[in-house]
Amino acid sequence: MTSLRRSRHRTRHRGLGRGRGLRIYTHLLIAWLVLPVAVMIAFGFNDTAGKQNFRWEGFTLRWYADLFDRPDLTTALVNSLTIALLSTLISTVLGTLAGLALGRFRFRGRGAATLVLFLAISCPELVMGASLLSMFVTFGLPRGYGTILAAHVMFSIAFVAITVRARASTLDPAVEEAARDLGAGPWTRFRLVTLPMIRPGVVAGALLAFVLSIDDFVITGFTSGATVTFPLWVYGSTRTGTPPQVNVMGTLIFAAGVLIAVLSVRRERRERCEDRKHHRDRTDHTDRMTHMTHHMDHTDRATRTAP
Amino acid sequence: MLLPGGLWMLAFFALPVSLMVSLSLQTGNLVDGFRQTLHWQNYTDGLQTYGDTFARSLWYGLLATVLCVALSYPAAYWIAFHGGRRKTTYLLLLLLPYFVSYILRTVAWKLVLTDNGPVLGPLRGAGLLPDGFRVLDTGLAVVCGLAYNFLPFMALPIYVALERIDARTMEAARDLYASRLQTFLRVVLPLSLPGVFAGVIMTFVPVASDYVNAEVLGGPGDTMIGNVIQSEYFDNGAYPTASALSFTLMAILLLGIFAYARALGTADVLEAARR
Repeated sequence: MTSLRRSRHRTRHRGLGRGRGLRIYTHLLIAWLVLPVAVMIAFGFNDTAGKQNFRWEGFTLRWYADLFDRPDLTTALVNSLTIALLSTLISTVLGTLAGLALGRFRFRGRGAATLVLFLAISCPELVMGASLLSMFVTFGLPRGYGTILAAHVMFSIAFVAITVRARASTLDPAVEEAARDLGAGPWTRFRLVTLPMIRPGVVAGALLAFVLSIDDFVITGFTSGATVTFPLWVYGSTRTGTPPQVNVMGTLIFAAGVLIAVLSVRRERRERCEDRKHHRDRTDHTDRMTHMTHHMDHTDRATRTAP
Repeated sequence: MLLPGGLWMLAFFALPVSLMVSLSLQTGNLVDGFRQTLHWQNYTDGLQTYGDTFARSLWYGLLATVLCVALSYPAAYWIAFHGGRRKTTYLLLLLLPYFVSYILRTVAWKLVLTDNGPVLGPLRGAGLLPDGFRVLDTGLAVVCGLAYNFLPFMALPIYVALERIDARTMEAARDLYASRLQTFLRVVLPLSLPGVFAGVIMTFVPVASDYVNAEVLGGPGDTMIGNVIQSEYFDNGAYPTASALSFTLMAILLLGIFAYARALGTADVLEAARR
Protein backbone atom coordinates (compact mmCIF):
# COMPACT_ATOMS: atom_id res chain seq x y z
CA MET A 1 0.00 0.00 0.00
CA THR A 2 2.63 2.46 1.03
CA SER A 3 4.95 1.37 -1.75
CA LEU A 4 2.16 1.83 -4.26
CA ARG A 5 1.50 5.32 -3.03
CA ARG A 6 5.16 6.15 -3.15
CA SER A 7 5.56 4.96 -6.72
CA ARG A 8 2.59 6.99 -7.84
CA HIS A 9 4.12 9.93 -6.09
CA ARG A 10 7.33 9.47 -8.04
CA THR A 11 5.61 9.46 -11.41
CA ARG A 12 3.88 12.70 -10.60
CA HIS A 13 7.06 14.53 -9.59
CA ARG A 14 9.88 13.80 -11.96
CA GLY A 15 12.10 16.59 -10.72
CA LEU A 16 14.59 16.88 -7.94
CA GLY A 17 13.03 17.22 -4.52
CA ARG A 18 9.50 18.29 -3.86
CA GLY A 19 9.72 21.80 -5.24
CA ARG A 20 7.63 23.50 -2.59
CA GLY A 21 9.57 26.77 -2.73
CA LEU A 22 9.40 26.78 -6.53
CA ARG A 23 5.70 26.18 -6.32
CA ILE A 24 5.22 29.32 -4.28
CA TYR A 25 7.54 31.20 -6.61
CA THR A 26 5.59 30.12 -9.71
CA HIS A 27 2.33 31.24 -8.16
CA LEU A 28 3.85 34.60 -7.22
CA LEU A 29 5.19 35.07 -10.74
CA ILE A 30 1.80 34.32 -12.23
CA ALA A 31 0.16 36.77 -9.82
CA TRP A 32 2.69 39.43 -10.83
CA LEU A 33 2.08 38.78 -14.52
CA VAL A 34 -1.67 38.94 -14.07
CA LEU A 35 -1.64 42.13 -11.99
CA PRO A 36 -1.73 44.56 -14.98
CA VAL A 37 -4.57 42.55 -16.52
CA ALA A 38 -6.50 42.87 -13.27
CA VAL A 39 -5.84 46.60 -13.33
CA MET A 40 -7.09 46.79 -16.92
CA ILE A 41 -10.28 44.87 -16.11
CA ALA A 42 -10.88 46.97 -12.98
CA PHE A 43 -10.52 50.26 -14.82
CA GLY A 44 -13.17 49.14 -17.27
CA PHE A 45 -15.58 49.40 -14.34
CA ASN A 46 -14.21 52.73 -13.13
CA ASP A 47 -16.81 55.46 -12.74
CA THR A 48 -14.61 58.21 -14.12
CA ALA A 49 -15.96 61.45 -15.48
CA GLY A 50 -13.54 62.76 -18.08
CA LYS A 51 -11.02 61.25 -20.43
CA GLN A 52 -8.50 60.55 -17.70
CA ASN A 53 -8.78 57.05 -16.37
CA PHE A 54 -6.10 56.33 -13.81
CA ARG A 55 -7.67 57.03 -10.46
CA TRP A 56 -10.34 54.81 -8.96
CA GLU A 57 -13.61 56.72 -8.60
CA GLY A 58 -16.20 54.02 -7.97
CA PHE A 59 -17.90 51.11 -9.67
CA THR A 60 -20.06 51.41 -12.78
CA LEU A 61 -21.27 49.30 -15.67
CA ARG A 62 -21.76 52.40 -17.80
CA TRP A 63 -18.83 51.72 -20.14
CA TYR A 64 -20.16 48.29 -21.01
CA ALA A 65 -23.42 49.90 -22.07
CA ASP A 66 -21.64 52.71 -23.94
CA LEU A 67 -19.14 50.38 -25.55
CA PHE A 68 -19.68 51.66 -29.07
CA ASP A 69 -20.09 55.29 -28.09
CA ARG A 70 -16.88 56.33 -29.82
CA PRO A 71 -17.33 55.68 -33.53
CA ASP A 72 -13.63 56.00 -34.37
CA LEU A 73 -12.72 53.45 -31.71
CA THR A 74 -15.37 51.06 -33.03
CA THR A 75 -14.03 51.47 -36.57
CA ALA A 76 -10.54 50.71 -35.30
CA LEU A 77 -11.75 47.54 -33.60
CA VAL A 78 -13.63 46.41 -36.71
CA ASN A 79 -10.54 47.07 -38.82
CA SER A 80 -8.42 44.99 -36.44
CA LEU A 81 -10.84 42.08 -36.47
CA THR A 82 -11.42 41.97 -40.23
CA ILE A 83 -7.71 42.33 -41.00
CA ALA A 84 -6.92 39.53 -38.53
CA LEU A 85 -9.55 37.23 -40.07
CA LEU A 86 -8.54 37.92 -43.68
CA SER A 87 -4.83 37.66 -43.02
CA THR A 88 -5.32 34.42 -41.08
CA LEU A 89 -7.29 32.96 -43.98
CA ILE A 90 -4.79 33.97 -46.69
CA SER A 91 -1.65 33.19 -44.72
CA THR A 92 -2.93 29.81 -43.55
CA VAL A 93 -3.57 28.69 -47.13
CA LEU A 94 -0.29 30.05 -48.52
CA GLY A 95 1.73 29.10 -45.45
CA THR A 96 0.37 25.54 -45.35
CA LEU A 97 1.27 25.01 -49.00
CA ALA A 98 4.77 26.39 -48.45
CA GLY A 99 5.27 24.43 -45.23
CA LEU A 100 4.13 21.24 -46.92
CA ALA A 101 6.48 21.79 -49.83
CA LEU A 102 9.39 22.44 -47.48
CA GLY A 103 8.58 19.56 -45.17
CA ARG A 104 7.90 16.89 -47.77
CA PHE A 105 10.03 17.48 -50.81
CA ARG A 106 13.66 18.13 -51.55
CA PHE A 107 14.14 20.64 -54.34
CA ARG A 108 16.48 23.34 -55.50
CA GLY A 109 16.07 26.57 -53.60
CA ARG A 110 14.67 24.78 -50.57
CA GLY A 111 17.53 26.00 -48.40
CA ALA A 112 17.13 29.56 -49.65
CA ALA A 113 13.37 29.50 -49.01
CA THR A 114 13.91 28.20 -45.48
CA LEU A 115 16.51 30.89 -44.86
CA VAL A 116 14.07 33.60 -45.97
CA LEU A 117 11.43 32.23 -43.58
CA PHE A 118 13.86 32.22 -40.67
CA LEU A 119 15.06 35.71 -41.48
CA ALA A 120 11.45 36.87 -41.62
CA ILE A 121 10.82 35.41 -38.17
CA SER A 122 14.00 36.70 -36.57
CA CYS A 123 14.08 40.09 -38.27
CA PRO A 124 13.13 42.88 -35.85
CA GLU A 125 9.58 44.05 -36.47
CA LEU A 126 10.84 47.59 -36.56
CA VAL A 127 13.13 46.83 -39.51
CA MET A 128 10.34 45.00 -41.35
CA GLY A 129 7.92 47.85 -40.83
CA ALA A 130 10.49 50.47 -41.76
CA SER A 131 11.47 48.65 -44.94
CA LEU A 132 7.85 48.24 -45.99
CA LEU A 133 7.28 51.94 -45.41
CA SER A 134 10.36 52.75 -47.48
CA MET A 135 9.11 50.57 -50.31
CA PHE A 136 5.59 52.00 -50.33
CA VAL A 137 7.00 55.52 -50.36
CA THR A 138 9.50 54.71 -53.13
CA PHE A 139 6.78 53.23 -55.34
CA GLY A 140 4.28 55.90 -54.37
CA LEU A 141 1.79 53.31 -53.12
CA PRO A 142 -0.92 54.80 -50.90
CA ARG A 143 -0.83 53.21 -47.47
CA GLY A 144 -3.98 51.92 -45.81
CA TYR A 145 -6.08 48.83 -45.24
CA GLY A 146 -4.54 46.92 -48.16
CA THR A 147 -0.93 47.55 -47.21
CA ILE A 148 -1.61 46.56 -43.58
CA LEU A 149 -3.21 43.33 -44.81
CA ALA A 150 -0.30 42.58 -47.16
CA ALA A 151 2.20 43.08 -44.32
CA HIS A 152 0.24 40.93 -41.87
CA VAL A 153 -0.07 38.11 -44.40
CA MET A 154 3.68 38.37 -44.98
CA PHE A 155 4.78 37.85 -41.38
CA SER A 156 2.04 35.29 -40.71
CA ILE A 157 3.03 33.11 -43.71
CA ALA A 158 6.44 32.62 -42.13
CA PHE A 159 5.00 31.41 -38.84
CA VAL A 160 2.37 29.15 -40.44
CA ALA A 161 4.92 27.66 -42.83
CA ILE A 162 7.38 26.88 -40.03
CA THR A 163 4.66 25.29 -37.87
CA VAL A 164 3.28 23.19 -40.73
CA ARG A 165 6.76 22.25 -41.92
CA ALA A 166 7.62 20.87 -38.48
CA ARG A 167 4.55 18.68 -38.60
CA ALA A 168 4.92 17.65 -42.25
CA SER A 169 8.54 16.59 -41.89
CA THR A 170 7.56 13.91 -39.36
CA LEU A 171 5.09 12.28 -41.78
CA ASP A 172 5.91 8.94 -43.30
CA PRO A 173 5.91 9.41 -47.09
CA ALA A 174 4.89 5.75 -47.43
CA VAL A 175 1.38 6.64 -46.30
CA GLU A 176 0.82 8.99 -49.22
CA GLU A 177 2.45 6.57 -51.60
CA ALA A 178 0.12 3.86 -50.38
CA ALA A 179 -2.83 6.16 -50.97
CA ARG A 180 -1.62 6.72 -54.50
CA ASP A 181 -1.25 2.99 -55.05
CA LEU A 182 -4.84 2.63 -54.01
CA GLY A 183 -5.79 5.01 -56.78
CA ALA A 184 -6.34 8.27 -54.92
CA GLY A 185 -5.89 11.41 -56.99
CA PRO A 186 -3.83 14.35 -55.69
CA TRP A 187 -6.85 16.20 -54.27
CA THR A 188 -8.28 13.10 -52.56
CA ARG A 189 -4.83 12.32 -51.19
CA PHE A 190 -4.51 15.79 -49.78
CA ARG A 191 -8.01 15.89 -48.32
CA LEU A 192 -8.17 12.40 -46.81
CA VAL A 193 -4.56 11.62 -45.97
CA THR A 194 -2.23 14.59 -45.77
CA LEU A 195 -4.50 17.28 -44.36
CA PRO A 196 -5.82 15.20 -41.42
CA MET A 197 -2.26 14.32 -40.48
CA ILE A 198 -0.94 17.89 -40.55
CA ARG A 199 -4.13 19.39 -39.12
CA PRO A 200 -2.73 20.14 -35.63
CA GLY A 201 0.08 22.12 -37.27
CA VAL A 202 -2.32 24.00 -39.52
CA VAL A 203 -4.65 24.86 -36.64
CA ALA A 204 -1.75 26.01 -34.45
CA GLY A 205 -0.39 28.11 -37.31
CA ALA A 206 -3.76 29.70 -37.98
CA LEU A 207 -4.27 30.59 -34.30
CA LEU A 208 -0.78 32.05 -34.19
CA ALA A 209 -1.47 34.09 -37.33
CA PHE A 210 -4.67 35.49 -35.85
CA VAL A 211 -3.07 36.44 -32.55
CA LEU A 212 -0.04 38.01 -34.23
CA SER A 213 -2.22 40.04 -36.56
CA ILE A 214 -4.71 41.35 -34.03
CA ASP A 215 -1.97 42.34 -31.59
CA ASP A 216 0.53 43.77 -34.05
CA PHE A 217 1.47 47.34 -33.44
CA VAL A 218 4.89 48.10 -34.87
CA ILE A 219 4.49 46.87 -38.46
CA THR A 220 0.92 48.14 -38.58
CA GLY A 221 2.09 51.57 -37.47
CA PHE A 222 4.52 51.77 -40.38
CA THR A 223 2.11 50.50 -43.04
CA SER A 224 -1.17 52.06 -41.90
CA GLY A 225 -1.39 55.51 -43.47
CA ALA A 226 -4.70 56.94 -42.31
CA THR A 227 -6.28 53.58 -41.44
CA VAL A 228 -6.43 52.97 -37.68
CA THR A 229 -6.49 49.61 -35.92
CA PHE A 230 -7.27 48.91 -32.27
CA PRO A 231 -3.62 48.92 -31.03
CA LEU A 232 -2.89 52.09 -33.00
CA TRP A 233 -5.93 53.81 -31.53
CA VAL A 234 -4.92 52.82 -28.00
CA TYR A 235 -1.38 54.06 -28.59
CA GLY A 236 -2.66 57.37 -29.91
CA SER A 237 -4.86 57.76 -26.86
CA THR A 238 -2.03 57.32 -24.36
CA ARG A 239 -1.05 60.96 -24.82
CA THR A 240 -4.50 62.44 -24.38
CA GLY A 241 -5.97 59.92 -21.94
CA THR A 242 -7.29 56.44 -22.55
CA PRO A 243 -11.09 56.23 -22.32
CA PRO A 244 -12.62 53.39 -20.25
CA GLN A 245 -14.14 51.83 -23.36
CA VAL A 246 -10.64 50.76 -24.36
CA ASN A 247 -10.34 48.76 -21.14
CA VAL A 248 -13.74 47.21 -21.74
CA MET A 249 -12.81 46.16 -25.28
CA GLY A 250 -9.49 44.86 -23.99
CA THR A 251 -11.34 42.85 -21.35
CA LEU A 252 -13.74 41.39 -23.91
CA ILE A 253 -10.94 40.44 -26.34
CA PHE A 254 -9.06 38.93 -23.40
CA ALA A 255 -12.11 36.92 -22.32
CA ALA A 256 -12.71 35.65 -25.85
CA GLY A 257 -9.05 34.64 -26.22
CA VAL A 258 -9.01 32.79 -22.91
CA LEU A 259 -12.26 31.03 -23.77
CA ILE A 260 -10.92 29.83 -27.13
CA ALA A 261 -7.68 28.67 -25.53
CA VAL A 262 -9.46 26.77 -22.76
CA LEU A 263 -11.86 25.14 -25.21
CA SER A 264 -9.08 24.07 -27.57
CA VAL A 265 -7.01 22.64 -24.71
CA ARG A 266 -10.01 20.69 -23.46
CA ARG A 267 -10.89 19.41 -26.90
CA GLU A 268 -7.34 18.33 -27.50
CA ARG A 269 -7.31 16.50 -24.18
CA ARG A 270 -10.63 14.80 -24.93
CA GLU A 271 -9.49 13.74 -28.38
CA ARG A 272 -6.32 12.29 -26.94
CA CYS A 273 -8.33 10.33 -24.38
CA GLU A 274 -10.70 8.98 -27.01
CA ASP A 275 -7.84 8.10 -29.31
CA ARG A 276 -6.28 6.10 -26.54
CA LYS A 277 -9.56 4.36 -25.76
CA HIS A 278 -10.51 3.37 -29.27
CA HIS A 279 -7.27 2.56 -30.97
CA ARG A 280 -5.24 1.17 -28.18
CA ASP A 281 -3.30 -1.24 -30.36
CA ARG A 282 -3.42 0.49 -33.70
CA THR A 283 -0.96 3.12 -34.73
CA ASP A 284 -2.20 6.34 -36.17
CA HIS A 285 -1.02 5.44 -39.62
CA THR A 286 -2.53 2.00 -39.98
CA ASP A 287 -5.77 3.44 -38.71
CA ARG A 288 -5.80 6.14 -41.35
CA MET A 289 -4.96 3.53 -43.95
CA THR A 290 -7.94 1.34 -43.08
CA HIS A 291 -10.11 4.41 -43.21
CA MET A 292 -8.65 5.23 -46.62
CA THR A 293 -9.15 1.76 -48.03
CA HIS A 294 -12.75 1.73 -46.89
CA HIS A 295 -13.32 5.05 -48.55
CA MET A 296 -11.57 4.01 -51.73
CA ASP A 297 -13.57 0.79 -51.74
CA HIS A 298 -16.78 2.72 -51.69
CA THR A 299 -15.87 5.12 -54.42
CA ASP A 300 -14.44 2.26 -56.44
CA ARG A 301 -17.65 0.30 -56.14
CA ALA A 302 -19.69 3.38 -56.88
CA THR A 303 -17.84 4.11 -60.09
CA ARG A 304 -18.02 0.48 -61.09
CA THR A 305 -21.77 0.21 -60.67
CA ALA A 306 -22.52 3.66 -62.03
CA PRO A 307 -22.50 2.98 -65.76
CA MET B 1 3.15 24.80 -53.84
CA LEU B 2 5.84 27.12 -52.58
CA LEU B 3 5.24 29.63 -55.32
CA PRO B 4 2.31 31.77 -54.07
CA GLY B 5 3.66 32.10 -50.54
CA GLY B 6 7.19 32.52 -51.83
CA LEU B 7 6.17 35.34 -54.18
CA TRP B 8 4.37 37.08 -51.32
CA MET B 9 7.52 36.82 -49.18
CA LEU B 10 9.64 38.17 -52.04
CA ALA B 11 7.33 41.11 -52.66
CA PHE B 12 6.78 42.13 -49.06
CA PHE B 13 9.92 40.99 -47.29
CA ALA B 14 12.96 40.43 -49.51
CA LEU B 15 12.23 43.33 -51.87
CA PRO B 16 11.55 45.97 -49.20
CA VAL B 17 14.62 44.99 -47.19
CA SER B 18 16.86 45.23 -50.26
CA LEU B 19 15.23 48.53 -51.21
CA MET B 20 15.90 49.79 -47.72
CA VAL B 21 19.57 49.00 -48.10
CA SER B 22 19.62 50.97 -51.32
CA LEU B 23 17.68 53.82 -49.75
CA SER B 24 20.14 53.97 -46.87
CA LEU B 25 22.82 55.10 -49.33
CA GLN B 26 20.77 57.88 -50.89
CA THR B 27 20.54 61.58 -50.25
CA GLY B 28 17.62 63.93 -50.59
CA ASN B 29 14.38 64.68 -48.80
CA LEU B 30 10.71 63.76 -49.00
CA VAL B 31 9.71 66.82 -51.00
CA ASP B 32 12.39 66.84 -53.72
CA GLY B 33 12.79 63.07 -53.80
CA PHE B 34 15.78 60.86 -53.11
CA ARG B 35 18.77 60.16 -55.35
CA GLN B 36 21.14 57.22 -55.23
CA THR B 37 24.51 58.75 -54.38
CA LEU B 38 26.14 55.88 -52.45
CA HIS B 39 26.23 58.20 -49.51
CA TRP B 40 27.99 55.99 -46.95
CA GLN B 41 27.99 58.87 -44.52
CA ASN B 42 24.42 57.99 -43.57
CA TYR B 43 25.94 55.07 -41.69
CA THR B 44 28.89 56.84 -40.08
CA ASP B 45 26.76 59.87 -39.17
CA GLY B 46 24.08 57.64 -37.70
CA LEU B 47 26.55 55.70 -35.60
CA GLN B 48 28.27 58.87 -34.45
CA THR B 49 25.11 60.71 -33.50
CA TYR B 50 23.24 57.81 -31.97
CA GLY B 51 26.07 55.62 -30.75
CA ASP B 52 25.08 56.00 -27.12
CA THR B 53 21.43 55.25 -27.97
CA PHE B 54 22.56 52.06 -29.70
CA ALA B 55 24.62 51.19 -26.64
CA ARG B 56 21.68 51.89 -24.34
CA SER B 57 19.35 49.73 -26.46
CA LEU B 58 21.74 46.80 -26.34
CA TRP B 59 22.30 47.30 -22.61
CA TYR B 60 18.56 47.44 -21.84
CA GLY B 61 18.04 44.46 -24.13
CA LEU B 62 20.70 42.51 -22.28
CA LEU B 63 19.30 43.41 -18.86
CA ALA B 64 15.74 42.53 -19.86
CA THR B 65 16.88 39.24 -21.42
CA VAL B 66 18.83 38.24 -18.31
CA LEU B 67 15.84 39.21 -16.18
CA CYS B 68 13.60 37.06 -18.39
CA VAL B 69 15.87 34.01 -17.93
CA ALA B 70 16.08 34.55 -14.18
CA LEU B 71 12.33 35.02 -13.80
CA SER B 72 11.07 32.31 -16.10
CA TYR B 73 13.56 29.47 -15.56
CA PRO B 74 12.41 28.50 -12.03
CA ALA B 75 8.76 28.68 -13.02
CA ALA B 76 9.32 26.68 -16.22
CA TYR B 77 11.28 24.14 -14.16
CA TRP B 78 8.51 23.74 -11.63
CA ILE B 79 5.79 23.42 -14.25
CA ALA B 80 7.78 20.93 -16.33
CA PHE B 81 8.70 18.66 -13.40
CA HIS B 82 6.04 19.24 -10.79
CA GLY B 83 3.10 20.47 -12.84
CA GLY B 84 1.58 16.99 -13.00
CA ARG B 85 -1.72 16.90 -14.79
CA ARG B 86 -2.15 20.65 -14.47
CA LYS B 87 0.80 21.47 -16.72
CA THR B 88 -1.32 22.97 -19.50
CA THR B 89 -3.33 24.96 -17.00
CA TYR B 90 -0.20 26.50 -15.54
CA LEU B 91 1.23 27.24 -18.96
CA LEU B 92 -2.03 28.91 -19.88
CA LEU B 93 -1.90 30.97 -16.68
CA LEU B 94 1.65 32.03 -17.53
CA LEU B 95 0.44 33.14 -20.97
CA LEU B 96 -2.77 34.71 -19.68
CA PRO B 97 -1.60 38.35 -19.75
CA TYR B 98 -0.56 37.97 -23.37
CA PHE B 99 -4.15 37.64 -24.44
CA VAL B 100 -4.30 41.36 -23.80
CA SER B 101 -3.13 43.70 -26.51
CA TYR B 102 0.55 44.64 -26.25
CA ILE B 103 -0.10 48.37 -25.98
CA LEU B 104 -2.90 47.97 -23.48
CA ARG B 105 -0.68 45.72 -21.37
CA THR B 106 2.04 48.34 -21.37
CA VAL B 107 -0.41 51.08 -20.43
CA ALA B 108 -1.71 48.88 -17.61
CA TRP B 109 1.89 48.45 -16.45
CA LYS B 110 2.18 52.17 -16.27
CA LEU B 111 -0.80 52.19 -13.91
CA VAL B 112 0.83 49.44 -11.82
CA LEU B 113 4.15 51.27 -11.55
CA THR B 114 2.76 54.74 -11.08
CA ASP B 115 3.95 56.73 -8.08
CA ASN B 116 1.09 55.89 -5.73
CA GLY B 117 -0.07 52.78 -7.56
CA PRO B 118 -0.73 49.30 -6.18
CA VAL B 119 2.98 48.51 -5.82
CA LEU B 120 4.71 51.72 -4.80
CA GLY B 121 1.79 53.14 -2.82
CA PRO B 122 1.78 50.59 0.01
CA LEU B 123 5.59 50.48 0.09
CA ARG B 124 5.76 54.22 0.40
CA GLY B 125 3.03 54.18 3.03
CA ALA B 126 5.10 51.75 5.07
CA GLY B 127 8.03 54.14 4.80
CA LEU B 128 10.14 51.64 2.89
CA LEU B 129 11.03 53.94 0.02
CA PRO B 130 13.47 56.83 0.06
CA ASP B 131 12.04 60.27 -0.67
CA GLY B 132 11.50 61.03 -4.30
CA PHE B 133 11.92 57.42 -5.35
CA ARG B 134 10.00 56.60 -8.46
CA VAL B 135 10.02 53.88 -11.04
CA LEU B 136 8.03 55.47 -13.84
CA ASP B 137 10.05 57.58 -16.28
CA THR B 138 13.25 55.73 -15.40
CA GLY B 139 15.33 53.13 -17.16
CA LEU B 140 14.22 50.63 -14.51
CA ALA B 141 10.61 50.95 -15.64
CA VAL B 142 11.67 50.41 -19.26
CA VAL B 143 13.67 47.28 -18.44
CA CYS B 144 10.84 45.93 -16.24
CA GLY B 145 8.31 46.60 -18.97
CA LEU B 146 10.47 44.88 -21.58
CA ALA B 147 11.00 41.83 -19.36
CA TYR B 148 7.29 41.69 -18.62
CA ASN B 149 6.21 42.02 -22.23
CA PHE B 150 8.59 39.43 -23.66
CA LEU B 151 8.69 36.85 -20.85
CA PRO B 152 6.72 34.13 -22.70
CA PHE B 153 9.24 34.12 -25.56
CA MET B 154 11.74 32.96 -22.94
CA ALA B 155 9.50 30.81 -20.75
CA LEU B 156 8.10 28.60 -23.51
CA PRO B 157 11.38 27.44 -25.13
CA ILE B 158 12.87 26.76 -21.68
CA TYR B 159 9.77 24.81 -20.70
CA VAL B 160 9.89 22.75 -23.88
CA ALA B 161 13.57 21.90 -23.35
CA LEU B 162 13.01 20.93 -19.71
CA GLU B 163 9.93 18.93 -20.55
CA ARG B 164 11.93 16.83 -23.00
CA ILE B 165 14.47 15.73 -20.38
CA ASP B 166 14.15 12.06 -19.54
CA ALA B 167 13.58 11.70 -15.79
CA ARG B 168 15.74 8.60 -15.87
CA THR B 169 18.85 10.67 -16.51
CA MET B 170 18.21 12.43 -13.22
CA GLU B 171 17.55 9.17 -11.44
CA ALA B 172 20.80 7.83 -12.84
CA ALA B 173 22.67 10.86 -11.51
CA ARG B 174 21.08 10.35 -8.10
CA ASP B 175 21.97 6.66 -8.18
CA LEU B 176 25.55 7.67 -8.83
CA TYR B 177 25.45 9.69 -5.61
CA ALA B 178 25.22 13.14 -7.16
CA SER B 179 23.70 15.68 -4.80
CA ARG B 180 20.62 17.55 -5.89
CA LEU B 181 22.67 20.60 -6.76
CA GLN B 182 25.18 18.53 -8.71
CA THR B 183 22.38 16.76 -10.57
CA PHE B 184 20.89 20.08 -11.48
CA LEU B 185 24.16 21.73 -12.50
CA ARG B 186 25.61 18.79 -14.41
CA VAL B 187 22.54 17.09 -15.87
CA VAL B 188 19.43 19.25 -15.99
CA LEU B 189 20.99 22.62 -16.72
CA PRO B 190 23.16 21.49 -19.66
CA LEU B 191 20.24 19.58 -21.16
CA SER B 192 18.03 22.66 -20.93
CA LEU B 193 20.57 25.08 -22.42
CA PRO B 194 19.27 24.78 -26.00
CA GLY B 195 15.96 26.10 -24.68
CA VAL B 196 17.65 29.03 -22.96
CA PHE B 197 19.62 29.63 -26.13
CA ALA B 198 16.49 29.74 -28.29
CA GLY B 199 14.76 31.90 -25.70
CA VAL B 200 17.58 34.43 -25.61
CA ILE B 201 17.43 34.87 -29.38
CA MET B 202 13.67 35.14 -29.40
CA THR B 203 13.73 37.71 -26.62
CA PHE B 204 16.80 39.77 -27.32
CA VAL B 205 15.94 40.73 -30.89
CA PRO B 206 12.48 42.17 -30.24
CA VAL B 207 13.55 43.68 -26.91
CA ALA B 208 16.56 45.54 -28.29
CA SER B 209 14.54 46.99 -31.15
CA ASP B 210 11.45 47.86 -29.13
CA TYR B 211 10.34 51.47 -28.79
CA VAL B 212 6.93 51.23 -27.16
CA ASN B 213 8.17 50.53 -23.64
CA ALA B 214 10.68 53.38 -23.71
CA GLU B 215 7.97 55.69 -25.03
CA VAL B 216 5.25 54.75 -22.54
CA LEU B 217 7.27 53.91 -19.42
CA GLY B 218 10.57 55.76 -19.80
CA GLY B 219 11.64 59.36 -19.50
CA PRO B 220 13.43 61.49 -22.09
CA GLY B 221 16.81 60.04 -21.08
CA ASP B 222 15.77 56.44 -21.67
CA THR B 223 15.11 56.46 -25.40
CA MET B 224 16.14 53.42 -27.36
CA ILE B 225 17.25 53.20 -30.97
CA GLY B 226 13.72 52.15 -31.94
CA ASN B 227 12.42 55.55 -30.80
CA VAL B 228 15.05 57.31 -32.90
CA ILE B 229 14.24 55.29 -36.03
CA GLN B 230 10.53 55.80 -35.51
CA SER B 231 10.83 59.57 -35.15
CA GLU B 232 13.31 59.86 -38.05
CA TYR B 233 10.64 58.26 -40.23
CA PHE B 234 7.51 59.93 -38.95
CA ASP B 235 8.62 63.28 -37.55
CA ASN B 236 11.62 64.16 -39.73
CA GLY B 237 10.90 62.19 -42.90
CA ALA B 238 14.64 61.46 -43.00
CA TYR B 239 14.20 58.17 -44.80
CA PRO B 240 17.85 57.56 -45.77
CA THR B 241 19.10 58.20 -42.23
CA ALA B 242 16.32 56.05 -40.75
CA SER B 243 17.05 53.26 -43.25
CA ALA B 244 20.75 53.35 -42.41
CA LEU B 245 19.93 53.17 -38.70
CA SER B 246 17.49 50.29 -39.25
CA PHE B 247 20.00 48.36 -41.25
CA THR B 248 22.74 49.00 -38.69
CA LEU B 249 20.43 47.70 -35.97
CA MET B 250 19.64 44.57 -37.96
CA ALA B 251 23.33 43.97 -38.69
CA ILE B 252 24.31 44.41 -35.03
CA LEU B 253 21.62 41.98 -33.92
CA LEU B 254 22.50 39.40 -36.58
CA LEU B 255 26.21 39.64 -35.79
CA GLY B 256 25.41 39.41 -32.09
CA ILE B 257 23.36 36.26 -32.59
CA PHE B 258 26.08 34.75 -34.73
CA ALA B 259 28.79 35.53 -32.16
CA TYR B 260 26.57 34.17 -29.41
CA ALA B 261 26.01 30.97 -31.36
CA ARG B 262 29.73 30.55 -31.92
CA ALA B 263 30.65 31.36 -28.33
CA LEU B 264 28.21 28.85 -26.92
CA GLY B 265 29.27 26.23 -29.39
CA THR B 266 25.64 25.48 -30.02
CA ALA B 267 24.84 25.10 -33.66
CA ASP B 268 21.13 24.64 -32.96
CA VAL B 269 19.91 27.75 -34.69
CA LEU B 270 22.16 27.48 -37.70
CA GLU B 271 21.26 23.81 -37.88
CA ALA B 272 17.58 24.65 -37.77
CA ALA B 273 18.02 27.22 -40.52
CA ARG B 274 19.77 24.71 -42.72
CA ARG B 275 17.20 21.98 -42.30
